Amino acid sequence: MKSDLTKILETKLIREPDVFYFKLDAPAIARKAKPGQFVIIRLNEQGERIPLSLADINPDEGTISLIVMAVGKTTAEFVELKTGDEISDVCGPLGQPTHIEKLGKVIVSGGGFGVAPLFPIARAFKAAGNEVVCVMGARSADLLIYEDEMQTVCDRVLVTTDDGSKGTKGVVTVALEEELKKGDTDLVICVGPAIMMKFVAFTTKNYNVKTMVSLNPIMVDGSGMCGACRVSVGGETKFACTDGPEFDGHQVDWDLLMSRQQMYLSEEKESFEAWKARHAHLLETS
Amino acid sequence: MAEERKRRKLIPNRTPIPEQDPKKRGSNFKEVSLGYTTEQALEEAERCIRCAKPQCVKGCPVGVQIGDFIELVQEKNFQGAIDKIKETNILPAVCGRVCPQEDQCEKLCVVGKKFEPVAIGRLERFVADWERDHGQKTKPKVAKSTGKTVAIVGSGPAGVTAASDLAQMGHKVTVFEALHEPGGVLLYGIPEFRLPKSIVAEEIACLTDLGVDIQTNAVVGKLMTVDELMEDFDAVFIGSGAGLPNFMGIDGENLNGVYSANEFLTRTNLMKAYDFPKFDTPIKVGDRVAVVGGGNVAMDSVRTALRLGAEEAIIVYRRSDAELPARAEEVHHAHEEAIRFELLTSPTKVIGEDGWVKAIECVRMELGEPDDSGRRRPVPIKGSEFQIPVNVVVMSIGTGANPLVPQSTKNLDLNKWGYIVADEETGRTSREGVYAGGDIVTGSATVILAMGAGRKAAGDIHRYLMGEPEPEVETAAEVKNQP
Repeated sequence: MKSDLTKILETKLIREPDVFYFKLDAPAIARKAKPGQFVIIRLNEQGERIPLSLADINPDEGTISLIVMAVGKTTAEFVELKTGDEISDVCGPLGQPTHIEKLGKVIVSGGGFGVAPLFPIARAFKAAGNEVVCVMGARSADLLIYEDEMQTVCDRVLVTTDDGSKGTKGVVTVALEEELKKGDTDLVICVGPAIMMKFVAFTTKNYNVKTMVSLNPIMVDGSGMCGACRVSVGGETKFACTDGPEFDGHQVDWDLLMSRQQMYLSEEKESFEAWKARHAHLLETS
Repeated sequence: MAEERKRRKLIPNRTPIPEQDPKKRGSNFKEVSLGYTTEQALEEAERCIRCAKPQCVKGCPVGVQIGDFIELVQEKNFQGAIDKIKETNILPAVCGRVCPQEDQCEKLCVVGKKFEPVAIGRLERFVADWERDHGQKTKPKVAKSTGKTVAIVGSGPAGVTAASDLAQMGHKVTVFEALHEPGGVLLYGIPEFRLPKSIVAEEIACLTDLGVDIQTNAVVGKLMTVDELMEDFDAVFIGSGAGLPNFMGIDGENLNGVYSANEFLTRTNLMKAYDFPKFDTPIKVGDRVAVVGGGNVAMDSVRTALRLGAEEAIIVYRRSDAELPARAEEVHHAHEEAIRFELLTSPTKVIGEDGWVKAIECVRMELGEPDDSGRRRPVPIKGSEFQIPVNVVVMSIGTGANPLVPQSTKNLDLNKWGYIVADEETGRTSREGVYAGGDIVTGSATVILAMGAGRKAAGDIHRYLMGEPEPEVETAAEVKNQP
């Protein structure tokens, strides 16, 4: 009965050893998707459904792009896929798009591989006539991704590394604060690990700059049916899949988000370890 | 033959149906009810007197010709019996299992006035299962192509029935399903032990045989809107289901370990978390699970928790035994499986430790004056708060209208709860050519009522597409604001 497999058109190693770029043949999704939205993928019949932010949308070409880092069983399986392989299910676009308008100066801030979904967002803000500044950080220079890509859609790209191997030494908020001090920032959009988004939101609060964060709780259906992705924003429970994923960063209950993200930590570990064990065996026999 | 049967003495009690031993079934997901053997089915069919004025069929939302199919069973023509059912019901193996027959066909059964009613549902299931095991599936008749196209939003009971009817009438039907497999609530909601998923898949495969195109991973309201569908199709039927889980709004509801029933059941049924880590999706069960609510979904959840390994699975329901909205059979099965019932009990907060559920605090209730629903309103007894230690809480207190379709469709009238306003007899909405039925119109109801709504809408869609004259009907505006 299944006929809607999604073909991988291109794969690229973005960062050694485990961050990959995928371009998917998904014309219907590409036609509708907007920056800030996401898809839910399921790799195969036994697979789980996981949300992934769109790293690019090309409606003319009929493609969408994803950046995947192997952090667990599903993502590890994903990054092994090659050009020409097919994914069982790609569902989307889901969530509310980023609200794009001409504001003046917009900072897009990201950490780790969270920089990737900022790419279409930055491009859209730039196209809307904003000055767009990217503030991106990583632990060290070799862990930075998408710097060149961001250069093409931003007026300036500021880089921080924890070890000082590139750009400003320190975490992303150090460079962000320098930029905020100028007093001309109208909006900050932040995508990255919860802990980083939390500190970015703390920082911008001091400067009273509106900050939208893209939350990444656990999801199942992604269409408002299950409520797994509940987050608390301004004291109200919201579903990140249908109400979000972007929310006012100054209103988010970060501790709840981070606690709920840990819900299946032991199962995720069990599943990943079992896969690695099977996988090692397969590699040996192949 | 019918005369002869009437003269024979009727057996007052229906033939019991074999079931899995309650002690064993609590630890597996195999079907609880095993179904009639041929002998048992024949014995039960004999209890039907083929009365002159059968009432049973009036109780069937899709109008299954019950007397006719049972007569065919009596004649051992099982293929004929299933073919007869399939004239009006595309999901007989599903309906034979999950329909609340006691409130529908069997409630009106003439035999039931004096004795136990004929076990119509069990017989329906028997012939449906018989066909799957023995028969050669009879190809459904499809009318000559009309050249008209219909989009169906959702592949649950309402959508599947509408799709089947319209395809048989000769229209080209495309079904859009948000999840990765078709079936809707039959797949993600109703557990394997009550409705095996292989049966759902086989009955839905009949749609493909009818030439229906099913597109999965297609979230209408996101991937395309109803307005866009109206550009490509001659009519649209919305059967997207209710689907937005309710929570109580009490403290601690977002703790790890608190699930909506939708999530708990979806992880287990659709994603097969019971077979983790063979399937990737995990689920937390813990030793002690409280399920809040008293409907069929609550019974499904609590019995699922038991099968997932809970040592104690508890129903927490604010009214008494008499008001439990679940089918009596489900409550009975739950009791047999040693589910604990905390009735006249309502949660006041979920208590956590380090982000995880530790207990649920409840208050005892007593029944006061009747409320709007006619049921006696539960009132908290002051000072009766107590705690039940649990690791997992499942909230099964109903669903609201999923806003994805209603909010993305222009000029579609909604009632105050956000459900789509649609005429009860025709499924017509405030938009010409756009029809709706099932839970997205009525709020949470049953599989068969959704099927009935799909059937009625299909009939009117056919009339609309073929330019046939309209029968006298109420307009959608007149039925507005009815729940």
